[in-house]
Amino acid sequence: MHIMEGFLPVKHAVGWSVAAAPFVAYGLHSINKRIKNNPEQRMLLGVAAAFTFVLSALKMPSVTGSCSHPTGTGLGAILFGPAAMAPIGAVVLLFQAILLAHGGLTTLGANIFSMAIVGPFAAAAIYRMAKAAKLPFALSIFLAASLADLLTYVTTSAQLALAFPDPSGGFAASFAKFAGVFAITQIPLAVSEGFLTVVVMNALVRFNAKELQEMKVTTPQEVRA
Amino acid sequence: MKHYQNLLLLLAVVVLVALPLWTVKKPAPGPDGKVAEIFTGADDKAKDLVGSIAPGYKPWAKPLMEPPSGEISSLLFALQAALGTGFIGYYLGVSTTRARMRREFDKEARC
Repeated sequence: MHIMEGFLPVKHAVGWSVAAAPFVAYGLHSINKRIKNNPEQRMLLGVAAAFTFVLSALKMPSVTGSCSHPTGTGLGAILFGPAAMAPIGAVVLLFQAILLAHGGLTTLGANIFSMAIVGPFAAAAIYRMAKAAKLPFALSIFLAASLADLLTYVTTSAQLALAFPDPSGGFAASFAKFAGVFAITQIPLAVSEGFLTVVVMNALVRFNAKELQEMKVTTPQEVRA
Repeated sequence: MKHYQNLLLLLAVVVLVALPLWTVKKPAPGPDGKVAEIFTGADDKAKDLVGSIAPGYKPWAKPLMEPPSGEISSLLFALQAALGTGFIGYYLGVSTTRARMRREFDKEARC
């Protein structure tokens, strides 16, 4: 989902940066507040960041014959709420933009918006809905993480289509083309991300049951099940 | 049961990753004799697509620093993954040990 350096017109690059900035600022504020009130959650926050770090480094092959990578933002969004993931995702994207020429500084805002804002907010919302619908715990986690992954790539496709509408078909035709590259490739990867998130979550539920209940991620019944 | 579920899930991920390597076949060389590459990055494909939709578009910024070779860039990606997994592994190790010691402590307290 990385839009390459310089591959968004100036207006779009600035626009997405302005749109992403308040989320990152509020996320930093919310992380600071949380660490102040619950210093014991610092390590778990590190796990959420590490998970995004790992998953966004894994470029996996897909059935379409191209490679892409998961985002890993669903786990943190479920644990700490979506806002916390904006600055964490921003750090990951910055690392890749500066050291790896993967993504870029001019497209950082747009990339933060898709991976570190849309993805996490989708994950948190889907998890909440799945819980309200009384779906099993593992299924809720899976749906939240995999759909957040997929939606991140749908967002990237929309961003590129907005910047480069098709000369004849306009936004819709262009969106279909970019989604063909990004979203279709992403489907099996999103499923993988969903599975991996369930694996990590299972471990956390088993060994850190108390913390997760305090964070209101799980309810006592789910832990006993 | 939980343990079993994790094992199955990890297995499923391996299958999902390995399957395309089997099913996607290298296309036959085109008329110009060039062999199309497979499993290139989706990001690069999107870049090409921008070129075909808006042929006049010129990227207005260049990366500050590009890894000098594919080897170096795979080094950095591996580093990124290793740092992350290292931390997660450490945390899970701490958590499992703490959970076990808590159980043992409870057992002793009851005696």
